[in-house]
Amino acid sequence: MLKQIISLLPDLGKAFWETFQMVGISLTLALLLGIPLGLLLFVTDKGLFWENKVFNAVGGVVVNIVRSVPYVILLVILLPLTQKIVKTTIGPLAASVSLSVAAIVFYARIAESSLREVDKGVIEAATAMGASIYQIITQVLLVEALPGLIRGFTVTAISLIGYSAMAGIVGGGGVGDLAIRYGYYRYQMDVMAATVAALIVLVQIVQSAGDYAAKKADKA
Amino acid sequence: MIKFDDVSITFKTKHAPVYAVRNVSFSVEKGEIFAVVGASGAGKSTLLRTVNLLEKPSSGKVNVDGVDITALDEHSLRKARQKIGMIFQHYNLIHTKTVYDNIAFPMKISGRGADEIAKRVPELLEIVGLTDKSRAFPRQLSGGQKQRVGIARAIANGPSLLLCDEPTSALDLESTRAILELIHNINKKFGITVLLISHEMDVIKSICNRVAVMSNGKTVELNDVYSIFSNPQHEITKQLVRNSLNMEIPDGVLGNIEGKLVKVVYRGPSALNPVLSNAVHKYPVDINILHGRIEYINGLPIGVLLVNLKGNAEGVEKFIAYLRENTASTEVVNA
Repeated sequence: MLKQIISLLPDLGKAFWETFQMVGISLTLALLLGIPLGLLLFVTDKGLFWENKVFNAVGGVVVNIVRSVPYVILLVILLPLTQKIVKTTIGPLAASVSLSVAAIVFYARIAESSLREVDKGVIEAATAMGASIYQIITQVLLVEALPGLIRGFTVTAISLIGYSAMAGIVGGGGVGDLAIRYGYYRYQMDVMAATVAALIVLVQIVQSAGDYAAKKADKA
Repeated sequence: MIKFDDVSITFKTKHAPVYAVRNVSFSVEKGEIFAVVGASGAGKSTLLRTVNLLEKPSSGKVNVDGVDITALDEHSLRKARQKIGMIFQHYNLIHTKTVYDNIAFPMKISGRGADEIAKRVPELLEIVGLTDKSRAFPRQLSGGQKQRVGIARAIANGPSLLLCDEPTSALDLESTRAILELIHNINKKFGITVLLISHEMDVIKSICNRVAVMSNGKTVELNDVYSIFSNPQHEITKQLVRNSLNMEIPDGVLGNIEGKLVKVVYRGPSALNPVLSNAVHKYPVDINILHGRIEYINGLPIGVLLVNLKGNAEGVEKFIAYLRENTASTEVVNA
């Protein structure tokens, strides 16, 4: 068994690298686009400075639609788009397209709810001080919501590790894919167990790092 | 300093419009501490928030330092707001910033340099007595300390006006007194005009110069604080003052009283004359003081005494007549 696992190591290493690529790309995009989208959903809501019923309603519905489509289906629907963007539908980079879309809307909702937690009185105090909307967003809203944003980021990262397993279906590779190919299709239960164990460790590490960062940021 | 000119604020709701503020006009002079009192829902908080346009009047104008604040564009409004400090009932501090950074925040907003901020924040901490809490976060502070940070933050940019929205309503008695004293000191030391709202008459009694009483969105009475307490005119004012100068006597005691019970109110300089003592020398009546209270408002006394009179009917009548002549008011409580 040990021999088998050792012989598996190069494959496992490659699979981990692919998972890192997929999750890394989609998490980065979730940060870059998910936070602004969440912010827009928040500040266009009733009673806030860019109140806009139409944008808020349409944005909310679009986010909900994308979020309610099961990831496997989203992956298939987005194949044409994937072909256009990365010129292929196979490999971790291709899988990153649909993963990123899922990650952006997922994190946008989480960011929105973290922003909603920010004490309205604090926003009002900043307004009364003569802060501009940009100052309020960057120096009050995002700062006050930071612990929630970090916790939400951890949840998103862990969900994406799970999603990335499904990306194996389009040849995306990754750790989950390895577990399915060796363990499920070839009945090598020990290999499956080893990869699952590796995944558990990975998720634990991500969760602990996220908790630590959130705790550091949370002074309220 | 502030001039409310026929200000009305109407909120639209699903059912009927709510008239929160109705045709309010009055002025607050430079350097004074002006209070707006009234029960909750009277519209005082809404009125206060028009001064920095957190609430936009539906009609009417609000002049602050000679500028019609309702007519400013976005940029000028922000500049004007930087010169109007505000403190809140629930402090509204930024939880994720230290005391130091909370106080530095309005100065950063108004574009002051790092050097100036580094020099000014310790001064402000000194003024509010929190020098040792500079690195603390808001959750590590007591309510009174949080409000001190709020005050330091509000005066950081050297405002000419300080708005106080129920500043002590979430505080215990001890902290309330300390915060009011701090506001008073800041008013005297820096000449900052203070507009304060509260539902507690005790708050007003201790530091304010003039008072406007609000009820149902209207100002029903406006006077200097001593007159409000010593000679309230409107029913709402009388009620507020009565709650503050509480003179209740238990029913059990009232029922056992023999003879007349009179409530004597002293006011102004005559409050210091020994009227009761003179009356006792003049008429053969025994007196027993059941309840008494003297308040000093702006250094002037208001006294209320509940006195039980015993003696022959004629003597008691004369005694009461003498009191009526020599005190602000004397009324027989048990007819």
